[in-house]
This record gives sequence, structure tokens and C-alpha cells, in this order.
Amino acid sequence: MHTIVCVKQVPDPEIPPAKFKIDPEAKKVIPPPGVPPVISVYDERAVEAACRLKDKHKGKITVISMGTGKVSDVVRHALSMGADEGFVLEDEAFENLDSFGTAYVLGKAIQKIGGYDLVLCGRQAADWGAGQVGSILAEMLGIPVITLACGIEVVEKNIRVKRIVKDGYEVLEAPMPSVVTVSSEIGLPRLPAGMSLMLARKKQIPVWKAKDIGADLSELDRTKAHTEITGLSVPTRKTECEIVTGNTPNEAAVNLALKLSKLI
Amino acid sequence: MDTHKGVLVCGEMAEGRLAPITIELLGIGRKLSDQLGETLSILLMGSKTGSLGQEAIAYGADKVYVAEDGLLDHYNSDAYTQVAANLCLKVLPSIMLLGHTDIGCDLAPRLNGRLGGGLSMDCLSLSIDPTTQLLLATRPVFGGNAHATVVSRSARPQMATIRPKIVPPAVRNESRQGEVIPVEDKLDPSAIKVKVVDRIKEEVEGVKLEDAEVVVSGGRGIGSAQNFGMLRELARVLGGAVGGTRPACDEGWVPASAQVGQSGKVVSPKLYIAVALSGAMSHIAGCLGSKYIVAINKDKEANIFNVAHFGIVADYKEVLPALTAKLKELLSA
Ligand SMILES: Cc1cc2nc3c(=O)[nH]c(=O)nc-3n(C[C@H](O)[C@H](O)[C@H](O)COP(=O)(O)OP(=O)(O)OC[C@H]3O[C@@H](n4cnc5c(N)ncnc54)[C@H](O)[C@@H]3O)c2cc1C
Ligand SMILES: Nc1ncnc2c1ncn2[C@@H]1O[C@H](COP(=O)(O)O)[C@@H](O)[C@H]1O
Repeated sequence: MHTIVCVKQVPDPEIPPAKFKIDPEAKKVIPPPGVPPVISVYDERAVEAACRLKDKHKGKITVISMGTGKVSDVVRHALSMGADEGFVLEDEAFENLDSFGTAYVLGKAIQKIGGYDLVLCGRQAADWGAGQVGSILAEMLGIPVITLACGIEVVEKNIRVKRIVKDGYEVLEAPMPSVVTVSSEIGLPRLPAGMSLMLARKKQIPVWKAKDIGADLSELDRTKAHTEITGLSVPTRKTECEIVTGNTPNEAAVNLALKLSKLI
Repeated sequence: MDTHKGVLVCGEMAEGRLAPITIELLGIGRKLSDQLGETLSILLMGSKTGSLGQEAIAYGADKVYVAEDGLLDHYNSDAYTQVAANLCLKVLPSIMLLGHTDIGCDLAPRLNGRLGGGLSMDCLSLSIDPTTQLLLATRPVFGGNAHATVVSRSARPQMATIRPKIVPPAVRNESRQGEVIPVEDKLDPSAIKVKVVDRIKEEVEGVKLEDAEVVVSGGRGIGSAQNFGMLRELARVLGGAVGGTRPACDEGWVPASAQVGQSGKVVSPKLYIAVALSGAMSHIAGCLGSKYIVAINKDKEANIFNVAHFGIVADYKEVLPALTAKLKELLSA
């Protein structure tokens, strides 16, 4: 079983909203100083899902990440969780791509790697969060896709996926290879430890450029982008909050109860 | 590109009726198509659509495309994508709208991938740029910390999924006229690769989160499943439901189905009591429609106090028992 996981590096989404800053002119987010970027939340869960499949069925996990800067950090994080091999996709031509451009580059890399049974993505990236790269990728690769997975199993030659819906879940089956997008309900990611942590430190992480994956640069022409961000703003919503007090928390609670009982 | 005209809504049905989100989409779709001076159509897919075509006309559609097939009885990604993509290739809509529901979240990006359109997911508002006539879609990015406006200059259709309960529903008008057009193309069953093996409905005890008048939500600060008992007790006294933040769900203190937020449920109760949660934008996205928000948090800087109407700055363990007891007394009086 060979699983390829697509992981993205994002600014830490857990910083308090007060520290979140943008440059509205450039339509860019200013990363908070001193806070290192992290692996996107759902992508870490996708790595976890891949590791669980490997625990059960053996095989291999390959991780790919497209980006600039120290993207190899997130690949290494995935390696330390239990992935076997990782590649970084970095090229000027890959910067500021829309979802189609991103899916195209990931698809080219996946085709170069080849011999895969399953491609895992997160349901949505924690930064721009377009929520569509996995599905577009599947359409480009011409293979089935199942979204919003909260559980993945292999049943004979098929992949069996629990997919979250409003009032429960569906159990779906697709032939391999398929793309599956993973949601947080799949469960918490493991902490890197032991052998894989050691191996991950030493592992070479090759960097592939456009020519290495045979990407056609005209596909990445940003003047033909499917979507463009024309505005960026920070929503302001500030409610006058009445802090209810008392001599003790107990008393504050009683005072709050008196107010609430009038509202409901 | 100007060969593409009109607004097409992708409808959803629930228990034999148009789903609430579909009526909302018809409302905003009508507005957009009137601004463009173009028609509003809707696609209904199912095994039987009955009189829902007429229903959609009463809610504002000029044309209703009805695709009936046993294979469309329940949502199936491959089947629905095939029907919707074929229709789009035929009617060439300029704008296509879907609900940001478990169906829309799956169907929209696939359709987009197949049609080569321009898609914005989870939109909070839509408008037409008066000079370019292009669709301007506003959506949350960075977990809701910012809002981005997205435009698709040349790719068609311009697609958007809209978050439920954000736009007002269309107003029904029995006297409206429109046309119901059956979709004749037969589905190709060989293209249906993903099979539905089972559908599991998870029964919730007590009031459903989405329908509750009062929601008591807890976050990471609650600390354990056992401590959530205090929130359950408060919810019981108020006849409400219990929700949680993602970390609370991750830890298994509350079921995953009780997650409130951008990637969970959107609730709009009269009263939302947020306990030991920081108020991340992606969480608040799920409860901003509440009439009153109450925050109990030991950190007075927590963002939740920026959206709350009432707050107590204290350890929740010292607040909840007294709050519950007093409310019980007041409400039984
Ligand atoms: C794309 C994306 C989608 C997301 N979707 C969602 C979503 O749908 N729903 C969601 O909830 N999150 C979502 N998140 C996660 C979100 O960003 C936050 O991580 C999460 O909401 C934080 O949960 P929390 O408030 O419980 O935890 P924390 O942020 O850790 O806050 C805990 C709070 O508890 C307080 N506290 C601790 N102990 C006590 C005590 N004894 N008494 C009183 N107060 C106490 C602390 O002061 C603190 O404010 C999403 C993130 C991303 C990137
Ligand atoms: N630059 C990238 N590198 C690797 N994977 C990515 C990248 N961008 C998106 N993905 C994958 O696609 C998923 C959905 O992204 P998006 O559609 O942008 O929200 C992510 O969770 C990742 O699994």
C-alpha cells in the first residue's frame, strides 16, 4: 500500500485574533514575528490517517509539500510521525497559485512519484482554506474522490471511508487509487517519537522544480488564474460586553443568573 | 465568456421539500440575476421531485431543470457531478450557487474541477460589481481572522457555496410563472465509482444543537469529559443543548457532531453560553447569529469577550454550579 499525502505549511492558526495582521494593499497576511509556521491542521490528520493505514497494512507513505522558505520543516514533521519519503516543490512559477495551479503542480509531482494507491489531502488548508484542491486534483488525475473523511479502511482492493454528514456519517467505498480528503474527526495526530524521529532528522528531502516534474509553465500563467483575491480585510465586530461582578465568583454567578432569567 | 448567462442554483431536497438552504440560495440568486437582467434557474436532482419544481418557481426560479433517476435518490458524488456538469455544459450559466452543506462541500469543488470554473467556498456575501458585472464573493480566510473578496475574471461558471443561515430566504409567491424542464440525459452508471455502503444516523439525546434556543458550549479549558457534566446540567435546566470547540471534540469530551464553528455546526440560539473557550474566529463563526452571547473565562483578554454581551472573568468551576442553581430557582418560580 502506497499513500501519498499532500501537506501545506501555514502560519500558526492558533495565534490570538489580536495578533493577526494583514497588509490590505498587498492583500497579504503578515506572519506574526517569532511564531514559526506549522503543518496545516487537517494535513497533519491526513498524515496520521496514512500512518494508521501503514500500521495495519504495511507499505509506504510519501509526503509532498509545495511552498517557499523552510517548507521542508513540515515534510520532516510528517517523516517523524512515520512517513517514509518526502519531497518539496519549490519554484518561482509555483508562487501565488490558485487552487487549479496548486492541484496541477501536486498532480504532476504525484504522477512523477507514481505507483500510488491512495492520495490524502486535508479537507481545507488552515490559511487561505479554499477547500477544493483535493477534489480538483482527483478530477485532474481522473480518479475517484471522497471528501470529509473521519475514518479510512482498506477492504480488499477498495478504500472504505466514513464521511461526515450533518446528522451522522456515510460509509463509502471506492476503488484504488483514489483521493480522500481528511477532516479533524479522524482523531488526534500522534506525537513524533522513537525510530521515525531519528530517521527523519537524517533524511534527505529533495526539492523539485517545475522542470523536474515536467510542469507546463503555461498552465501556471497567473494572468489566466481561475480566481483572484481582490480584497482582504479584518472583520470588526466589537460588542459592548458587560462584565458581571460580585464579591465572589459565586455572587457574580447569581448576578448573571438574575440578568439571564430576564432574557429567556 | 459572454456565451455564459444567468444564475443556476443547485438545489437540495430534505424530507420531500426544498431544503432551507435552497430557499436561501433562490433569494440571493434572484437578486443577482435581477441585477444582471438574466434568468434564474435551479437544478433539482432526485428519484422523485414531485411538485417541488412549482415550489421552486414560487420561490423565484424562472426555469427548473429536473433530473429524476433512481441513482439520484441520495447524494452520490459521482452521479450528482455527472448530471450537474452535463447540465452546465448545456445551459452555460454565468454564475452557479450551491449550499455550503455536506453536499455542496463535496459537489462544488468537483464540478469546478471538471468545468474549469472559479469557485469560492463558504461565502458570507455575494454581489455584482457594477462596472465589470463580475461576481464578488466574500469568504472567510485564515480561520475567519480575515475576509477575502474573490473574483473570477474569465473562468466560467463563477461558482460559490454559501454558508447556511447567512442570507434571508426567498419570499414565496404562488402567482409567479416559470418553466419546469426535465433533464433527458441518462446517467452513465459505469461512471459511478464511489458506492454508498451505509448511512448511519447518529441520534442525539435531547434537543438538537441546531434547533436549540439555548446552547452551552465548552472549550479546552473545561479539562475533562467529567467536567462537561456541569455544562450538561446547565443546559438541562435551560432546556438547551451542549456544544463544544474543536479541541473539546478532539479530546472526546463531547461528540464530534457537537462541534460549533466554521467546520462544525452553525447555531443561532437566543442564548449562547461560552465556557472556557477562547473565542477563536473559526469557532465564533458558528455562533455569531446568537441573540445573546455570554462568556465565562478566566482570562479577561480572551477574544470571546469581544463578541459577548455578558461575561464573568473567573474559573468556570466556581461559577457554573451557582449559576445553574440560581437559574433553576428563578425559572421554577
Ligand atoms: C480552518 C480551520 C477551521 C476551524 N474550525 C473550527 C470549528 O469549526 N470550531 C472550533 O471550535 N474551532 C475550529 N478551529 C480551531 C480554532 O482555531 C481554535 O483552535 C479552537 O476554537 C480553540 O478552542 P478552545 O477555545 O476550546 O481552546 P483555547 O483556545 O485553548 O482556549 C481555552 C480557553 O479556556 C480558558 N480557560 C482555561 N481554563 C479555564 C477555567 N478553569 N475557567 C475559565 N476559563 C478557562 C482559557 O483562558 C482560554 O481562553 C478551526 C481552525 C482552522 C484553522
Ligand atoms: N501548497 C500545497 N502543498 C501541499 N499540499 C497542498 C498545498 N495546498 C493545498 N494542499 C492540499 O490540499 C488541501 C486543501 O487545500 P485548499 O483547497 O487550498 O483548502 C490541503 O489540506 C492540502 O492537503
